[in-house]
Amino acid sequence: MATMVQAIRMALHVGESKLGVTDIFGEDVGPPLGGVFTATQGLETTWNTPLDERGIVGMAIGLALAGRKPVAEIQFCDYAFNTVDLLKIAGNTYWSSGGDWNVPLVMMTPVGAGIRGSIYHSHSFDAQATRIPGWKIVMPSNPRDAYGLLLSAIKDPNPVMFLKPKALLRAKGKPGEEIPGEPGDDKTLSKMIDAPLGDRTKWRPEWPKLEELYIPIGKARIARPGTQVTVLTYGRNVPMCVAAAEELAADNIDAEIVDLRSLHPYDWDAIKQSVMKTNRVLCVNEDTEITNFGEHLIRRIVEELFYELHAPPKLLAGAHLPGIGLADALEHASVPQKDGIKRAIAELAKHEP
Amino acid sequence: MTTAPPDRSAERSPTTAAASGGLSTETALRLHDLMLRSRVLEERLITMYKQGDGYFWIGGPGEEAFNVPLGLLVDKGQGLDHDYLHLHYRSSGTLLAMGADPIDSLRQMKNTASDPYSKGRNFAGHYSVRKWNVAPVSSPIEVQYSIAIGTAQAQTKKGTKGITIVQGGDAGTAEGDFATCLVWSSRKGRELPILIIVTNNKFGISTPYEGQHGESRIADRGKAFGMQTATIDGNDPETSFHALKKAIDYVRTERKPYLLEAMVSRLHGHSSASGANFVKDEVDCLTRFEQRLEEKKVLSRAQMDEMRAKYTQEFLTASQKVREEPQPKAETIWDHVFADKNYVGGEN
Ligand SMILES: Cc1ncc(C[n+]2csc(CCOP(=O)(O)OP(=O)(O)O)c2C)c(N)n1
Repeated sequence: MATMVQAIRMALHVGESKLGVTDIFGEDVGPPLGGVFTATQGLETTWNTPLDERGIVGMAIGLALAGRKPVAEIQFCDYAFNTVDLLKIAGNTYWSSGGDWNVPLVMMTPVGAGIRGSIYHSHSFDAQATRIPGWKIVMPSNPRDAYGLLLSAIKDPNPVMFLKPKALLRAKGKPGEEIPGEPGDDKTLSKMIDAPLGDRTKWRPEWPKLEELYIPIGKARIARPGTQVTVLTYGRNVPMCVAAAEELAADNIDAEIVDLRSLHPYDWDAIKQSVMKTNRVLCVNEDTEITNFGEHLIRRIVEELFYELHAPPKLLAGAHLPGIGLADALEHASVPQKDGIKRAIAELAKHEP
Repeated sequence: MTTAPPDRSAERSPTTAAASGGLSTETALRLHDLMLRSRVLEERLITMYKQGDGYFWIGGPGEEAFNVPLGLLVDKGQGLDHDYLHLHYRSSGTLLAMGADPIDSLRQMKNTASDPYSKGRNFAGHYSVRKWNVAPVSSPIEVQYSIAIGTAQAQTKKGTKGITIVQGGDAGTAEGDFATCLVWSSRKGRELPILIIVTNNKFGISTPYEGQHGESRIADRGKAFGMQTATIDGNDPETSFHALKKAIDYVRTERKPYLLEAMVSRLHGHSSASGANFVKDEVDCLTRFEQRLEEKKVLSRAQMDEMRAKYTQEFLTASQKVREEPQPKAETIWDHVFADKNYVGGEN
């Protein structure tokens, strides 16, 4: 079963060989490294840029305007903050030109904590990203969704931000999360598409015969069905919330985990359906809690589904701190962990109006 | 640059004589006509603003001698085989020279639904013309220099003869985007076909040149990157025409960047925010050119006055027409948030 980073690589291969991707670029994205997380190893259209994030985003916009299909990487989302006004331009160009120029580009960037990344390799970007209208924003929680969402992102005629949950990049898919066409055996896949250590100049990947799979942008997935509490989450927190829910099942608490997959547009129908069933809502994500995307979801739920609720909706998010400290205890105390999620779900499940 | 032939214009027929320096009379007349039209257009836009037919004015009076030749010299068209233009908000002269209909500028000023550049969404002078590769002008200073490298890269990859032209002011060169453009376009073996233009009017909004630059000439910054550079008198249409032609030819054939700094004037201040009134102590490129044309007997004062009166009337009538055109409907705010097709990729 492929890891998420292998899934991304395979999607990019399909992108450049079948879907017209012309340029995959960013800092250390091309040979010899193929990306700091190996997401771009062995591809044909990769190249290294100067260490200039604004230039990377500007280049992507320019290539897109000129009719190419770029996939640009910002090495860590922690370093995307100086590109925000260019991201805004990517998002507003179609609108401000009155429909004259669309901007078909994909920007991918690793996000979130969980790899002991300290202050500048642990940022989240979902709150920022959802503040930039004109972008579609997706964030997978497993390899199959990563593959299918990236293919949809590539096909989309608009700017699409593909947020890569750093902590899950090396995680393998579970049964049911296969990528159509991948060899069943991990070792075989690794031999085919992972670059060897050392000299890679002669190495070429052998791509499996992959099928196209499109996970539609804007469609959530029920990661675990349940009846008592709805958990709205995405990315790294999805497997964490599923694990929390499995443990709580022993105590007869039955939580439904909704993996949003797309933050914009988001799947309001799926959210509404789940909330109408459980009457209780918890939002979980890693971004800092003040002006958090989960707050938006809660606001809309309160406005539109107030009389369905049996408990005040709750947000479990990153602490509003200037950074995430390196030491274990510091990182754990800064972003949601499984135990905290369990407690929050249990409290909500027990809450009676 | 060719040297000026002796002045015998009076002896020749106006259509063949060299009107001034190395320009044929035909070119000189064309430049003059477009410079005058752009000036009168800007004056109309300012009047519209002052009469309440628009919320904000910014534009290019004082840059016509440079911007008009630019518009005449670009390879106009759609797609990689033609030139891409990444301009800023002072480019009406370039657009008129390319063939834009001036009434459309009035529509953008009046933010009518018929505004073809932004459908009533953006300020005056914020052009966008995909069929001519004019990328949307956006208000943030200098971002176009980061975006221009992308269209130039696309032209390089396709191996076309098209080039990318990017233009902005002097103060904006302090932004990182200017450095981005210099760095990305000059990498050895990966040079990009970009004409990097700085129109230097010696001001930001109010901050003078000396207050924000240590370098004596902005063009000198290109030298560190091995670029061809020039600083020219952008108030002279002849100098501008030849300098632009030289730079464009170089970029087109060598496929390398060229940094061209043009010294220009700002004849109505920064924008309507500073009153938009005529400033008397700056060189007026149009007055200067008209004096020369008069001296060389290419055009008489009376002829030029007549032209001015004609354009003034034409744009007045156009502005009255635009005033009657409908404003965008409130519900159109939701139009064009997301594209359903890849138009820039060739879908229709
Ligand atoms: C990034 C950014 N910062 C500030 C402004 C506000 N602003 C608009 S024009 C301007 C001065 C620009 O001066 P210059 O680059 O010399 O161009 P000019 O207008 O003189 O042609 C400023 C500060 C802006 N539009 N964008």
